Amino acid sequence: MSVTSSSQLMNSYRTGPDERGRFGLFGGRFVAETLMPLILDLEKAYRDARNDPAFAAEMASFRQHYIGRPSPLYFAERLTEHFGGAKVYFKREELNHTGSHKVNNCLGQILLAKRMGKTRIIAETGAGQHGVATATLCARFGLPCTIYMGATDIERQKPNVFRMRLLGAEVIPVHSGTATLKDAMNDALRDWVSNVENTFYIIGTVAGPHPYPAMVRDFQSVIGTETREQIMELEGRLPDSLVACIGGGSNAMGLFHPFLDDPSVAIYGVEAGGDGVETGRHAASLTGGRPGVLHGNRTYLLQDDDGQIKDAHSISAGLDYPGIGPEHAWLHDMKRVKYVSATDQETLDAFQLCSALEGIIPALEPAHALAYVSKLAPTLPRDHLLVMCLSGRGDKDIFAVAERLGTKL
Amino acid sequence: MASMTDVKTTRIERRFADLKAQGRAGLVTFITAGDPDGDLSLQLLRALPAAGADVVELGMPFTDPMADGPAIQAAGLRALQSGMTLKRVLQMVRDFRQGDGKIPGDNDTPIVLMGYYNPIYSYGVATFLTDALAAGVDGLIVVDLPPEEDAELCLPALKAGLNFIRLATPTTDDKRLPAVLKNTSGFVYYVSIAGITGTRSAADADIAAAVARLKRHTGLPLAVGFGIKTADQAAAVAKAADAAVVGSALIQRIADNLDANGRPKAGLVEAVLSLVRDLAAGVRRGRA
Repeated sequence: MSVTSSSQLMNSYRTGPDERGRFGLFGGRFVAETLMPLILDLEKAYRDARNDPAFAAEMASFRQHYIGRPSPLYFAERLTEHFGGAKVYFKREELNHTGSHKVNNCLGQILLAKRMGKTRIIAETGAGQHGVATATLCARFGLPCTIYMGATDIERQKPNVFRMRLLGAEVIPVHSGTATLKDAMNDALRDWVSNVENTFYIIGTVAGPHPYPAMVRDFQSVIGTETREQIMELEGRLPDSLVACIGGGSNAMGLFHPFLDDPSVAIYGVEAGGDGVETGRHAASLTGGRPGVLHGNRTYLLQDDDGQIKDAHSISAGLDYPGIGPEHAWLHDMKRVKYVSATDQETLDAFQLCSALEGIIPALEPAHALAYVSKLAPTLPRDHLLVMCLSGRGDKDIFAVAERLGTKL
Repeated sequence: MASMTDVKTTRIERRFADLKAQGRAGLVTFITAGDPDGDLSLQLLRALPAAGADVVELGMPFTDPMADGPAIQAAGLRALQSGMTLKRVLQMVRDFRQGDGKIPGDNDTPIVLMGYYNPIYSYGVATFLTDALAAGVDGLIVVDLPPEEDAELCLPALKAGLNFIRLATPTTDDKRLPAVLKNTSGFVYYVSIAGITGTRSAADADIAAAVARLKRHTGLPLAVGFGIKTADQAAAVAKAADAAVVGSALIQRIADNLDANGRPKAGLVEAVLSLVRDLAAGVRRGRA
């Protein structure tokens, strides 16, 4: 490790958030008073856990033996040939137990919940990946689990709903508001306010009140930390660019964070462009939104002139959220990360391309990242190293994709 | 503590001083601006004081009211569908203060705007405070702004001359209470349960204990709410607290007076006012 001078620290992109949970303008603790003492408790418990070698050892053991880490860094040779430019690597988070990166965070939070003596777990889920990961760990640790899921999402993600129930979770359909991920988060918060004594709320992304954005980022940073070691071993140098999809932005923040202070690494976050950002039917909060306050943090939000939250639209239920993690909002304003978008159609094309050329059926979420890679890679030289986070596998999406392709299953 | 003879008292401070002089607790009523539509909502607002409301909380509708139960969520969506905006909420307050020729204006009943931060942040804090004061607003309750975020709106609002009313809850322990009370003015709103609006009710003994605990920390009037639905519950709360807050029960009365297509039935306003009169009678007999 190099010695870091104070002037370097001041220029670091990796020191946030401050003690108020802020990344510049963004983040914070915008919650009802009932939850405020709980969030302060959580912050303290997390700080203690982070400094406890026993906690780190427990995490490491479960990562290796239960999740199956480290996940491979895989050279996507056929796609690289197809694009004819940058050398494309996939960080294979879809090979984790439960099939996505979500489990990295759930493991950390459930160990913390146990440490805090909490006896009941709640979570929200959109596509169901976070719900499945949470239900899985609740089964493993013997904790009762309640998952809030929008009624609309339950309809389009039936296999994951069944998985959660098999794992012993209670899945509660949310009918309020627009019955999607943001409403599931509202109802999870309402549950938490009503069950403050025993309940731990496992937020699935790098959003929500402080300390969640920082805590989830830390648990997901294993993605970027491993990538750094693996690319050094494979190529003897750092990557030239990183690409990841963004709903709330947890897989992206996990990949990006360990590289933020390496100026030679270009970083791209891909938001869900839905029918196209220009149509207004999309989930691209940075490209098509403006700063506001929702779900405990200030960040870029899709909203109307009156500050009312607008519906997000995406083929992917996991990206269908009108906000984005506050650290991404800050990195956007600082221009350290370039945020772009991919439409539903571009994503469907990438989904099929990856399946056909690499024998990997990706989830629709990382298929957004690949859609952008398919535009970016051909413009780059052959010796350019590009790492994309393949954050989840696509089994859950085959029904939705079949329907879009007009195939009857 | 603010002196009662201070010439710069607010309507809220004057109203609670009056209540104290009368030896009774007050009734604080909550309705959502624009529920079920702008016209009926304004009619209701104008009639609340005569029906027995001592302080009016006017909800600023928001798409994602995280601390509210189903009744108030639904009211907010009805209001938004009827075209309510924060600008129009302020216009409603202005209309209430000014009257319209036939109906006299009300310059005494305190109005507290209650809601979530994002619409205010979107409006612009400085402009909002100027416009709210000019419209005749007296205080603000913003659910998702705890003391940790006081620099956002609380301190500018106090400086502008508005009361900023804070929620204290069962999870606010004695160690935290001073921080919660520090920049609170007008009155303190004690949320009697750890939960969302319009669901469970607290036991009378718990309320009395909580009021006694808060009174050890503050000289401000204490209003108690969440879960108060009937005149008897209001009477019980009025024994211990300086005011009882009723919201979801009134909103539910509005919902009960909509037809299958969500259109208001004749008699909606009167149905709500009759409940307000019951509750006001309950509050008045609380200490009798």
